[in-house]
Order: sequence, then C-alpha cells, then structure tokens
Amino acid sequence: MLVISQLSRSGLAPASFSLDYGECVAVRGPSGAGKSLLLRSIVDLDPNSGEVSLDGVAREAMDGPAWRRLVGYLPAEPGWWDDRVGRHFSDWATALPLVERLGLPADAGDWPLTRPSTGERMRLALVRALTQSPKVLLLDEPTAALDAASVSVVEAMIAERVRDGLAVLWVTHDAAQGERVARRFLRVEAGQVREEAA
Amino acid sequence: MNGYIALSATDLALGSLLVLANAALSLALHLGVHRRLLIAAVRMVVQLSLMGLVLATLFSHVSPWWTGLAALVMVLFAGREATARQDRPLAGWWSFGLGTSCMSMAACLVTIFALTTALRPDPWYDPRYAIPLLGMILGNTMTGVSLGLNTLTNGLAQRRSGVEARLMLGAPRFEALGPVIRDALRNALMPTINSMSATGVVSLPGMMTGQILGGVAPMEAVKYQILIMFLIAGGTGIGAVGAVMGGVFRLTDARHRLRLDRLRPLSGE
Repeated sequence: MLVISQLSRSGLAPASFSLDYGECVAVRGPSGAGKSLLLRSIVDLDPNSGEVSLDGVAREAMDGPAWRRLVGYLPAEPGWWDDRVGRHFSDWATALPLVERLGLPADAGDWPLTRPSTGERMRLALVRALTQSPKVLLLDEPTAALDAASVSVVEAMIAERVRDGLAVLWVTHDAAQGERVARRFLRVEAGQVREEAA
Repeated sequence: MNGYIALSATDLALGSLLVLANAALSLALHLGVHRRLLIAAVRMVVQLSLMGLVLATLFSHVSPWWTGLAALVMVLFAGREATARQDRPLAGWWSFGLGTSCMSMAACLVTIFALTTALRPDPWYDPRYAIPLLGMILGNTMTGVSLGLNTLTNGLAQRRSGVEARLMLGAPRFEALGPVIRDALRNALMPTINSMSATGVVSLPGMMTGQILGGVAPMEAVKYQILIMFLIAGGTGIGAVGAVMGGVFRLTDARHRLRLDRLRPLSGE
C-alpha cells in the first residue's frame, strides 16, 4: 500500500491519502491545478516535503532510482533520449507483446524516433513504463492523444494489471473515463488535494 | 640567442594603419563596428603595455610571492571570462567558483609539473618561465572549462525531458545524464584536439613564432611548442573533467533528481 502523508511543495498544499494494491484512483481537476506536481512529488523528481511510503517502507530508506523502479510515472509528455525507438527499452523482446497489442508493428523498435506520432509515442511510453514492472503506476492523461479503439485497449490493459495487484493513480480530464477506470476519486484544485465522491 | 630586430614606435604606428584601414572599411560599408574596433585596438595596446611593465618588474624581483600574486590575478580574470561565456550559468557563486577553481587547479598543477620536471628553471618559480607558461595553459584550460560547462548546462536544459524520462525509469543520475556529460567533455577537448592536428600545417603557433623571431633555432622552438601542446592537453582535460563533474553534482542531488532550479533563470523567466 502506498501511503502519502502531508506531501507538499511549492504549488501544492500538504496532501494525504493512500492507494491500495489492485486499486485504481482517478485524479481530476482543472489544468494547472497541480496534478502533475503531485505525481512528480510522489516519484520524488522535484524537491518536496512530507512522508511517502510503500508497504510501510519510507522512500528515504532507499535511493531515488530504487524508489522510481517501484513507483512508475508516465508523464503527459514522455521524454526520449536516443534516436532509435527500440533503444528506449531495456529489452525490446519483452516489450513486443504489449507493443503489438497496442496496435504498433513489431519492427517499431527499429524506427527512428522522428517517425512515431504523438499517440504512438504515448503508447510506446506506456509499454516502457509497464515493462519495468512497477508496483505503483502514476498515469498523466495516458490516452489524451489516442483514437477510441486505442483508448479501450489501453484501459483494458491497465485494468488487467490492476486485477493482478498494480496500484494506479490515473489523471484524466475525461469524466466518463474516470467513471470507467476508477471507483475512488481525488480532486486537485488550486494545489489542494481532496477525496471526492463519485 | 642570436639577437633580434627591435621594433620602434614608428614601426608600430605603421602597423596600426591596417587597423585604421579596417575602421575606414566599416564606415564605408556601414558595418557599425568601427567604434568597437578602435576601442578594442586601444585596449589591446594599453593592456599589453601594462603587461610588459608588470613582467619587467616581476622578472627583476624573482620572488615566489610576486609570482603567486600575478598567477592569482590571472586566474581571477580567467574565471570571470569563463563565467561571462555561459548561456545558462549556475546560480549564485557556483558558476564563478566552480569554473575558477577547476581551471586554476588544472592550470597550476600542470604548470608546476612542467616547472619541476621538464623545464627546471632555478628557482622553479622564476616568473620568466612560470608566468608565460601559466598564461598559455590557463587560456586554453579556460576555453575547455567554459565550453564543457556551457554544453552541460545547455544540454541538460534542452534535453531535460529525455534525462528525466531515464530518471523516472529508475536510472541513476550518471546514467541518465551520460549522453550530455559525454557531449560536454567532447566539446571541451575538441579545440585542443583540433589545434594539435592543425599545428604546423595550417597554423604556426604564436609562441613558436615568437621564439623564432627572437632568434631561437627552429628545432628548439619546436620542442618547446610540443611540450606546451602536451601541457595544454593535460590541463584542459583535468579542468574540463573537474568542472563538468562538479556541474553534474550541482545540477543533481542525492535523491538523483535533476535540479535545473540551480541554474540562473534566463531573462524573461
């Protein structure tokens, strides 16, 4: 279980909530309200204060990289660092089944990075995050650039992982999607995080 | 030494006609650089004349203190120059402090190495050897350090999302910053590599030319130049590695986060 207590940074008032394994919580709120700041603070990418622990182990008990391997984060605009798609994956063969299921060809690993569209990049980044096998996954608008068919595949894929025990925090602007994927809701408004009724 | 042809004030005035011709060209073609050109020429004359006076005084009083003081002044000027060349300097005193400490450490180390092994003047701090040697090594180390730091900070700012993507996937900071670090070190060493490969074919180094004009046998001047090139390569390498690694530590933290908030904000941010 991920337990967050008094987590704060500039632009984010102290937030406390928890997230269980096998649970998907939707995060809603207007743009610029601090949703991305919240996710970045949970994975400890920016200086922040407060306590975050996983299964009772504080994140300070391990180094940053170890924490981020347990708690994955897919930002709204995923980053890339190499000029071939496949080099962003620790093992392309492991990633392949997920890549194909998301409607991308098997040879996408050989593509130059200039080739995939925004939607394709988003799907590739999702696969990249999933193949790390995190215990918690923070998703920031993972389906914003996708067509309806791909949206359902992504939702189904995440739902399976959640059934297998993955804990998911899912930022979405789409009210209907929130209702589909989650039963618990958080609302972020002007840097305040609070639990919200469905 | 066989003696040399001394220059008179008239000779220099004759040479300065060329700069005046440049200024006239700027006026005729509306380049708008004539003022800056003339000011730069006057500065050059004044600065070099002062340097000549300082060196003459230093050489007549062979003292470790005066040599050290001259070296310190040179290092501080080099530090200021390297800081001014940064597009996105580290915030606070870090930019000046890191650049200056790395290049002075590297340049002094290499200069003392040369003075105590290859050249061995007596005493080893004799300013006639120490000051010109330090000047040449420091100038090149400064270029390497400022290029390295500039490539590092620009690279991290521009490739931030890629670097953070690797951090998010659990890469430690040196792995996530690896490509940017390698670019920074490569850029820092490139001028030295280029000048070593072009020397003697495309360009005749100023020091060697000076020695030959001063009456030194060409082969002797060449040997000096080779030694200087090695020293420059060593100084640049040490200084650049120190500055770039220092920059990496300053721009990341113990939690392996990228800390671009420790760069001075660009104007307008």
